[in-house]
Amino acid sequence: MSSSHSQSVEAHDEGVKARVGIWLFLLSEILLFGGMFLLYSMYRYKNPADFHAGSMELSRFDGTLNTIVLLTSSLTVVVALFSLHVKQNMRRAAIFLAATIGLGLTFLVVKSFEWGAKFEHGLYPGAKFLESQPHGFILFFGLYFTMTGLHALHVIVGMVVLSFVLNFVLRRKITPERINIMENGALYWHLVDIIWIFLFPLFYLIS
Amino acid sequence: MTYPRYIFVWAGLVVLTAITVTSASLNFGRIGILIVLAIAAIKSTLVILYFMNLFFEKRLLLKILVPIAICTLAIFIGMTYTDVLFR
Amino acid sequence: MDEHGGGNGHPHNHFPWFATSEGKPAGLIGFLTSTNHKRIGTLYLVPILSFFSIAVILGVLMRIQMLSPNSKFLAGTLYNQIFTLHGVIMIFLVVIPAIPTIFGNFFLPILIGGKDMAFPRLNLFTWYLYIAGAVILLVSLLTGKGPADTGWTFYVPYSLRTTVNVPFAVFGVFILGMSSILTGLNIVTTVHMERAPGMKFSRLPLSIWGIYATAWVQVLATPVIGITMVLILVERIFGIGVFDPSKGGDPLLYQHLFWIYSHPAVYIMILPAMGVISDIIPVFSRKNIFGYKTIAFSSLAIASVGSLVWGHHMYVSGQSDTAGIVFSLLTFLVAVPSAIKVFNWVATLYKGSIKMDPPFLYALGFIALFAIGGLTGLILGALSTDVHTHDTYFVVGHFHYVIFGGMGFGLFAALHYWFPKMWGKTYNEKFAVVAFIVLFVGFNVFYMTILILGWAGMPRRYYSYLPQFTDLQRIATYGSWIMVAGLVMMFGNLLHGLFRGKKAEDNPWGGATLEWQIPSPPAEHSFAETPVVTHGPYVFSDDNGDDLGKKEPHEQQPQSKR
Repeated sequence: MSSSHSQSVEAHDEGVKARVGIWLFLLSEILLFGGMFLLYSMYRYKNPADFHAGSMELSRFDGTLNTIVLLTSSLTVVVALFSLHVKQNMRRAAIFLAATIGLGLTFLVVKSFEWGAKFEHGLYPGAKFLESQPHGFILFFGLYFTMTGLHALHVIVGMVVLSFVLNFVLRRKITPERINIMENGALYWHLVDIIWIFLFPLFYLIS
Repeated sequence: MTYPRYIFVWAGLVVLTAITVTSASLNFGRIGILIVLAIAAIKSTLVILYFMNLFFEKRLLLKILVPIAICTLAIFIGMTYTDVLFR
Repeated sequence: MDEHGGGNGHPHNHFPWFATSEGKPAGLIGFLTSTNHKRIGTLYLVPILSFFSIAVILGVLMRIQMLSPNSKFLAGTLYNQIFTLHGVIMIFLVVIPAIPTIFGNFFLPILIGGKDMAFPRLNLFTWYLYIAGAVILLVSLLTGKGPADTGWTFYVPYSLRTTVNVPFAVFGVFILGMSSILTGLNIVTTVHMERAPGMKFSRLPLSIWGIYATAWVQVLATPVIGITMVLILVERIFGIGVFDPSKGGDPLLYQHLFWIYSHPAVYIMILPAMGVISDIIPVFSRKNIFGYKTIAFSSLAIASVGSLVWGHHMYVSGQSDTAGIVFSLLTFLVAVPSAIKVFNWVATLYKGSIKMDPPFLYALGFIALFAIGGLTGLILGALSTDVHTHDTYFVVGHFHYVIFGGMGFGLFAALHYWFPKMWGKTYNEKFAVVAFIVLFVGFNVFYMTILILGWAGMPRRYYSYLPQFTDLQRIATYGSWIMVAGLVMMFGNLLHGLFRGKKAEDNPWGGATLEWQIPSPPAEHSFAETPVVTHGPYVFSDDNGDDLGKKEPHEQQPQSKR
């Protein structure tokens, strides 16, 4: 940046620019899932009993466990960021980053067991058993797999991003002074958590 | 923020999760969804304000982004309801 | 670095550095990996105008088919595939990206006095996404059972059942949507973070307000069509049931999701064009724009209210009457800010010192054609008359008036206005005027006839028709030929200017916005020093009453003391 540009009225805090960018991206992700939340709203309104029946098939224990796992991973990632940015503690940051990735992996493992159980019981799109059920029940599972699947994809992407972040932290390409990438990765991870915060009650806690 | 404060927020999130799971088994009927959605909104607000640091954010642009997203989604879903509700 | 042009070669034949592989970085690889916003704008220009030409040819083919009710030229499924392609190419590859990615990329940083876009590497990435989306659409043409025949709207359940290449087409649209979202994100961040000192929001050129409002819609609305296209894929592959009536799915919900994006999309198309017109009118009236703040806010109003009206595409689809009433009311409301713009443009002309140069002619053409299109929109927006006109040629006439007559003429105006600045060359202005006249006459003969045909009951997307429509159909086709002749003349003239035009001045039109204060074409770093902005964008005379535009650009620094 040439020195004349430091006269700019805008903050020459490169971090702000990157933060604005990533927040706008997160906004677009919210709207992406939002389309599916719209479909969910309409179909649940039209098929309340079937949606309840579908929800009873899911394991509240697994869902709650995964919720706690993701909430904890949000804690670990922000602790990692805080450790590096404010406390300048690279080792702790790396440990908590690894913990976050590990918790993400835990989430996926639990989810794969859940999905496996559904496949065994013929409760998946296209399955003969599911297609013989009432419409609302079919739609519940159609939405369940699509929305949790899309979410799981985002968990995977988040884990990949955080792995890169961990790598950069260890190689000191991310430092307390140059922390944007880590900050943005953490923000993305929090969004993944927030989406699950909504998915969980909508699918697992229909009373 | 400090380490203890982050853990405190996390604890709040866990407690709220426990509350929402319990409320589901209490079967509040039609308002059940409103209760769980409200709790989910509170949890998300905690994450956004304290984990995503928006509480300490100075720039107005960043502070209004989440309200804009919520409004947009509310409008899309709400106006679609004018169709679905009245068919 | 400030030398006019930068490449090797003879002064009359060389192109600007950003349009050749001799620029910075050099070589073909350098060209394709450059993150400079001027280069990226040029990179978008070539494919967009190429796709436009292809889609025009598809339209010409359609009109040839419609010369006679028994024509076998392009009948049946083939006709459906052709109009689907025409729509998909025009909408997703041309009209939505054109002004933001060509002129937004090239001129947004300059117009706000910044160095480049906020995220230059992301900017280049959006171009690659655009090309990837285009390639995927091309693949859908050449593989499987051929291109989609669903119309660009991909309505379910037909799009779920037809055996042609819907998956590739919708995936291509998804990728193009990603490109659009990231472009919008870049634009919003740039406008907030990269303005020069003194460039307050109230001093931004209105073309920037237009592009800025557009960018918000790109970020917020495009993801919805993204997920909708994904859902078509998922439904086709896995049969989840969300759009399949046999499993409880509701095809109307598809239409809601589709139009939640696709209606705001038309504002993505028109807002940047309106912004260009707002920049051009003051320059060629040598008068400050009438009602700057109102026009700026009207851009935001159109973007926001325009996101609330999508149900007007669905009046006869089976949606509830309540929804119809709500959407119709809001549709009438959104006409107001658009009308405000038209009034303010005309008020700017009043008592102005008018110069009928080509950019101005296209701007006038925009106003006339957009006004006609807008008025026909009111007929479509009213529930009762829409029952008569829905899915007829009346709709086709309406949207071609607003999109082609509006956005298209806005694009042509921008091409003619910024041509000397971008390329450092001039074009034959007299010939440009002739081309405009041919184009304008042909356009109206064609599309006015289409409107009449629609009102008389001619359905859209039909490859055949009742014999009583034959005469009007023929007139429309002949009009389309005149129109295309005008297009060929216009583009031919510009290309000729590109290769053989005389050298252009830095400020041939006497504009007061920042791009006219730098050389034509701009150097790698547009500004030698960061500009300090002290007055609004349409101030044409300084305190002494001297016309600012007539001075040599280098005498103008520092800026006037207003």
